[in-house]
Amino acid sequence: MAFASKSPWVIHYDASSCNGCDIEVLATLCPGFDGERFGVVNTGNPKHADIFLVTGSVNERNISVIKEIYDQMLEPKVVVACGICACSGGIFHDCYNVIGGVDKAIPVDVYAPGCAVRPEAIIDAIVEGVAVLDEKSKALKEQKKGAR
Amino acid sequence: MTMLSALIGTLLFAVIAPILGCLLAGLDRVVSARMQGRVGPPLLQPYYDVRKLLEKEDASVNSVEKTYIICALAFAAVSGGIFFSGGNLLLCVFMITLSSMFFIVAAYSTRSPYAEIGAHRETLQVMSYEPMVLLFAIAFFMATGSFNTASVFALELPAVVSIWLVFLGLLYVLTIKLRKSPFDLSMSHHAHQEIVRGITTEMSGPTLALVEITHWMENVLFLGWVGLFFVWGNPISIVLALVVMVFVYLLEIFIDNNFARVKWQLMLKSAWLVALVCGTLNFVLLVF
Ligand code: SF4
Repeated sequence: MAFASKSPWVIHYDASSCNGCDIEVLATLCPGFDGERFGVVNTGNPKHADIFLVTGSVNERNISVIKEIYDQMLEPKVVVACGICACSGGIFHDCYNVIGGVDKAIPVDVYAPGCAVRPEAIIDAIVEGVAVLDEKSKALKEQKKGAR
Repeated sequence: MTMLSALIGTLLFAVIAPILGCLLAGLDRVVSARMQGRVGPPLLQPYYDVRKLLEKEDASVNSVEKTYIICALAFAAVSGGIFFSGGNLLLCVFMITLSSMFFIVAAYSTRSPYAEIGAHRETLQVMSYEPMVLLFAIAFFMATGSFNTASVFALELPAVVSIWLVFLGLLYVLTIKLRKSPFDLSMSHHAHQEIVRGITTEMSGPTLALVEITHWMENVLFLGWVGLFFVWGNPISIVLALVVMVFVYLLEIFIDNNFARVKWQLMLKSAWLVALVCGTLNFVLLVF
């Protein structure tokens, strides 16, 4: 059994969101929805996090930041794109500075659309993400065994 | 105390303390959640967290960090072993301080600005609580006539009767030692703060798991110190000590949830003042 699914620690980064999705992400982690029931903890530190919640689209300025955070996270890790901006660029898709969704910078595992994305959708996405986390954790274990 | 009993004590402590400490940490999180009107995580959540951390990729900024953390863990185990096998209290205090030192050095070795601020603050915390802890050991000697913790079983009355002021002083610095708010300066158990994760910023995966286990053992040891005040010749006193330990732990959780963090100046001044007043006054009471 993999324990990754029992304690998904998240880190939240606002790429170039209008802040609508960020409010919803924080609402999800508030006592009302009580993410800690599932072991979800909001860490401010990429080195401790398992799930990377990104809101907003990628632009020329923040693409390096997103890549940096992703690289600092340890395997197994999962990326969740929160909101339609993070999925595809959304209403900002043809802005002169916008590159597109988060998947233009790093591999995305789960897409949670919505403008703004609803807390229920984020919880669903995290649950999906946890399943992916489990798979990756198992793969990592196999790899470790193979290396020995 | 012989070397052998300390050795056996250390081994037993290294096995039992993490289990008890894990349950205590789980209790802390459940009770905290209830105080905030939430359901909270399952009781075994800290165990799941540590198992997950052990499963993660093993990476660190340098190769010595983990070595220091292992030293911190080992000395925490030795300290607990000495204490619970009836050994020298003074030695136990020094060992646990050594363990904190290794933890601080581990944070410094990473050269990360966040971890360094956390390490600075941890050093201040050690400075704050250390006078009171030393006075506690000396007061214990004055009350029982020996530094050996086993000597409490020869007492007619529990130590708290004669050194109750020192007990109150120790309760004050216990909040610092358990890293609870308002004194969680170096590293908060609650998410998001200005220094990211403070002293543990650069510690990740298996290394962080070892840090957690060290904290579990420390918590059990510190509660043991609290219980020491309430044990005397009568075997039933151990039950009393356990009840007091649980009560003190719940009190700490209550304080943790109800106070905002203070500045380090206030922490240092108040802790030293408490040590001075409680310690000296109690010595005067004991002598006359
Ligand atoms: S999806 Fe909507 S609410 Fe979310 S960041 Fe984009 S525009 Fe704002």
